[in-house]
Amino acid sequence: MPLQILLIPLLPLAAFVLLGLFGRRLPGPSSGWLATALLAVSTILSAGVAWDYFFVAGMQDGAYPTQVPFSVPWLTFTDEMRIDMGILLDPISVMMIVVVSFISLMVHIYSLSYMKGEARYATYFSYLGLFTFSMLGLVLSSNIFQIYMCWELVGVSSFLLIGYHYDRPSAVAASKKAFIVTRFADLGFLIGILVLSFHANTLDFPTLIERLTDPASPYLPAAAAPAFLGLSALTWGLVLVFAGGAGKSAMFPLHIWLPDAMEGPTPVSALIHAATMVVAGVYLVARLFPVFALSCPAALEVVAVTGILSAALAAVIACTQTDIKRVLAYSTMSQIGYMMFALGVAGWGAANEGFSASMFHLFTHAMFKAGLFLCAGVIIHHVHSNDLAGMGGLRKALPFTHIVFLVCCLAIAGIPPFAGFFSKEAILLAAWHKSTVIYSIGLVTSGLTAFYMFRLYFSIFHHKPVVPGTGHGEGGPAMMLPLAILLAGAVFAGFVPFSEFVTADGTPSPTELHLGFSVAPVGLGIAGILLARRLYQTANPLPGRIAERWQGLYRTAYRKFYVDELYLFFTHKIIFNLIGRPAAWIDRVIVDGFMNLLGQASLTVSDGISGMQSGKVQSYAAWFLAGLLGFAILTLYILFT
Amino acid sequence: MNEFFVLMKTELMITAIIIFLLFAKIGGRMSNASLSGVTNLLLLATLLAGFLWPARGWLFGDMYYTDPLIVLEKAILIFGVLLIFLFAHRWLRAHQHLHEFYLLTLSALLGMCFMISSGNLLMFYLALELSTIPVAALCNFDLERKTSAEAALKMIMASAFSSGLLLLGISFVYGITGTISLQVMPAALGGSPLETAAFVLLFSGFAFKLSVVPFHLWTADVYEGSPVPVTSFLSVISKGSVAFVFITVLHKVFIPLYDAWYLALFVASVATMVIGNLFALRQQNIKRFLAFSSIAQVGFILLGMGGLESGIPVVVYFVLVYLFSNLGAFAVVSVISSASGREDISDYNGLYKTNPWLTWVMALSLFSLAGIPPTAGFFGKIFLLASGSESGNFTWVAIAALNMVVSLYYYLRIVRAMFMEKNDRPLEKIHAGLHANTALAVCLAGILLTGVIGSVYKIIDSLVY
Repeated sequence: MPLQILLIPLLPLAAFVLLGLFGRRLPGPSSGWLATALLAVSTILSAGVAWDYFFVAGMQDGAYPTQVPFSVPWLTFTDEMRIDMGILLDPISVMMIVVVSFISLMVHIYSLSYMKGEARYATYFSYLGLFTFSMLGLVLSSNIFQIYMCWELVGVSSFLLIGYHYDRPSAVAASKKAFIVTRFADLGFLIGILVLSFHANTLDFPTLIERLTDPASPYLPAAAAPAFLGLSALTWGLVLVFAGGAGKSAMFPLHIWLPDAMEGPTPVSALIHAATMVVAGVYLVARLFPVFALSCPAALEVVAVTGILSAALAAVIACTQTDIKRVLAYSTMSQIGYMMFALGVAGWGAANEGFSASMFHLFTHAMFKAGLFLCAGVIIHHVHSNDLAGMGGLRKALPFTHIVFLVCCLAIAGIPPFAGFFSKEAILLAAWHKSTVIYSIGLVTSGLTAFYMFRLYFSIFHHKPVVPGTGHGEGGPAMMLPLAILLAGAVFAGFVPFSEFVTADGTPSPTELHLGFSVAPVGLGIAGILLARRLYQTANPLPGRIAERWQGLYRTAYRKFYVDELYLFFTHKIIFNLIGRPAAWIDRVIVDGFMNLLGQASLTVSDGISGMQSGKVQSYAAWFLAGLLGFAILTLYILFT
Repeated sequence: MNEFFVLMKTELMITAIIIFLLFAKIGGRMSNASLSGVTNLLLLATLLAGFLWPARGWLFGDMYYTDPLIVLEKAILIFGVLLIFLFAHRWLRAHQHLHEFYLLTLSALLGMCFMISSGNLLMFYLALELSTIPVAALCNFDLERKTSAEAALKMIMASAFSSGLLLLGISFVYGITGTISLQVMPAALGGSPLETAAFVLLFSGFAFKLSVVPFHLWTADVYEGSPVPVTSFLSVISKGSVAFVFITVLHKVFIPLYDAWYLALFVASVATMVIGNLFALRQQNIKRFLAFSSIAQVGFILLGMGGLESGIPVVVYFVLVYLFSNLGAFAVVSVISSASGREDISDYNGLYKTNPWLTWVMALSLFSLAGIPPTAGFFGKIFLLASGSESGNFTWVAIAALNMVVSLYYYLRIVRAMFMEKNDRPLEKIHAGLHANTALAVCLAGILLTGVIGSVYKIIDSLVY
């Protein structure tokens, strides 16, 4: 078992290394096929591991156990404090490796056709390999330092892939923005890691969680005592770790990089910026969930508030955007907000339904959002534009894409019996049990979701008269196959009895579905769809009039609530002037000056003593003798003082 | 009897190779190619055999001592010699006195093994001479060049001088303590002025072998004049062996004189780093440049020796790292020198255009020597600095850190020359050959992996007794 688990991340790494070194020499598309084949093996192994974990090994004492089947010490600082490289298996990591490798495989297959003819075809697949390796490594990490390493690797591969079209200035700017914003958040993560590991005196997840949750643990009181600004070290640590997660998961106010990240190739957006990497933050909170829930509910409230705020805000912005990928990006942010606040409203024991719901939504969202992005890829491929204005009436030209897109929209809108319905119901139910405010905002947001998704759908496939069969069409079977599989995912993923497998403490709980409870969200969803149909099915002046009427709100939402401008003001005006310029002055005058002085002085002295090296043995002997006497005087001086 | 074979297997096997070479010389029918093939294989066998049954024990009434750490130290030296044989393959194959080259090198190696294992001062002195005199002959191996003969002469003169100091020191120590056994000596030492004077004599003897300032003056002339394989032998293998013995003597024998030797070490280390760096800045010949850079590196090794807690494992680890990095650099120099005969730094301008593989090995070796992460040199330097800061002497550590900055300048100067400078007369594309490429690849792997794999240091640490 350990070998096949190890192979799961190592095969994509092998693809990265092989294609990175030799990719350019491989003929034609074979590099892509090689990467895809390696990943297919990895996916099969993941499925095998999941099968073993859930059905063969099964439960012990009524719960799915947390196992560390592989671990080697890497750096040892003290006996207690050391960094291992290991693999951790528990329900969420097993679920995640399946999702990550599966979606990655779909994207690989899709890219075989989508990226055909690109000059840096092999490079693209090697980057995909690096990303997949890092992401799988991240979810399998057995300690918090390892997760941090993979976290940064994921950031790097995201940077590389966003900037894949490095000849486009906008892509370069977007990749830098994504990297800097997430890196800034990771600073919080790193400090959080240091705080937590300092108090728990370990980096290993199982030990760390045990030491920071067990009431009898000697480590807990010190960590939970008020430390800084009235909050305990534990709260600070967890909130800082969450800050890192919020950066990667594009939570408000660190979300500004995600829409720009859409500059990357569309399959990349599907893989990284919709289904896998952006849920890393959710995964991180879930990984440390016992600590959050048992020892520090205050930090969990931060998670809940951030989540619901991001969900609602992103939904409003999504209603006004006109770039197909940006709408999808904001919808991603909104859905991740759902996952976050579901974790935030969850508790321990019987109240952990939010945890399962969050993971469930992560699972279903990966299917239909990847499907939506891959459809968007087909559409963009067909019309050569991201802008909704250039689309419309495509349902005859792209019949299969039309169906997939429609089903995925229904799924994300939470219409039964598609996947999103089940997971979203579970989230709303959990919120209902915890807080009416969060529930109500979540409910309204779910209506908004249905509206903006169908705004997208009608604008693309209806809106204008049908124009059959021009442009590129739907691409080859390599592009259709992933769509078909993800279509099946969007339809059936909801029927998985998820909470029987994935819960916070590993104990299965029955899946409940309250039909009465579903009336409100489904009703609002249908209302949203009907509204979108009224406004966008055919071209009419009504949307313009509404935008006119609510001009202030519309413009604010269209300009994304001016968060970008706020950042620009803060960085350009305040940080650059107050910190950047003085730092540059110190660097130029004092640091460089010192270095120049050092260099100049070294060269001068070096010239001065060159006579020592005369080449004459007799003068060397004289120096030896002088040295000997010098050392004798020195040591005797020590002796007598 | 069994113990004799188990404990002394390395020395016995090297002796066997020497006897084989003598017979081969007398028989005279072997071609150079097959002779070096057989020698390399035998040496590899010696290296591997060292790891079988690593035991601790004394032989010949406390004359000879070995333990697993010493086995490792010997293995490091043998490994280095093997690498030198590999990368110098082309030069050796063409040389008319190949038998003698192997005989002299292996005699010196045998001397080093005995030196590391020596249990008393007499044995130590004999072994040290055995490890020095053959090298002086080796320095003269570029038979047509006058500078090579000059190098040999300077080596033998300076070495005679230092042997005189050592012998005087040893006789003083014997006179005071009445023993030459290193095991008994610490208890007999009390810290009197005469003991201190005797210690200074011994210290100076070691300082000569390690090229500590101001006993380093012979180094540059000898390194420049000698053939490249001999230079690399001197700068890595000789230095490494003496460093192993020196730290053991300081930490295990002269511990009652800790105050005196700590100060001497401090002053010597600072002087060595500073002077080595200052001279390295101005060199135009690559071998002379590497000579001064290796002097500066010794200053860092002395810094590591200052820590009583972790000094020994840190120094052994650093010597291993230094072996990979410096031999990597020397391997490139050797390949280029034997193919084109050019040894000036300006000849390396634009090397990347014609020889990317050699350039990369050279660049990474220099990065490692400069201590840039993630190469092994970075970890080596970090451990040395950590060990040096154990005693709380942060002045020393700060000076070392400043010197690292200065050294960065001259190491990167060469990297820049190789990658960016233009050359009117560029070196042609050089085919290093299988042997040299193996050595280059091993050095490269060592530079990249020794630091990152954390268990290397841990294994060394666990062997310290």
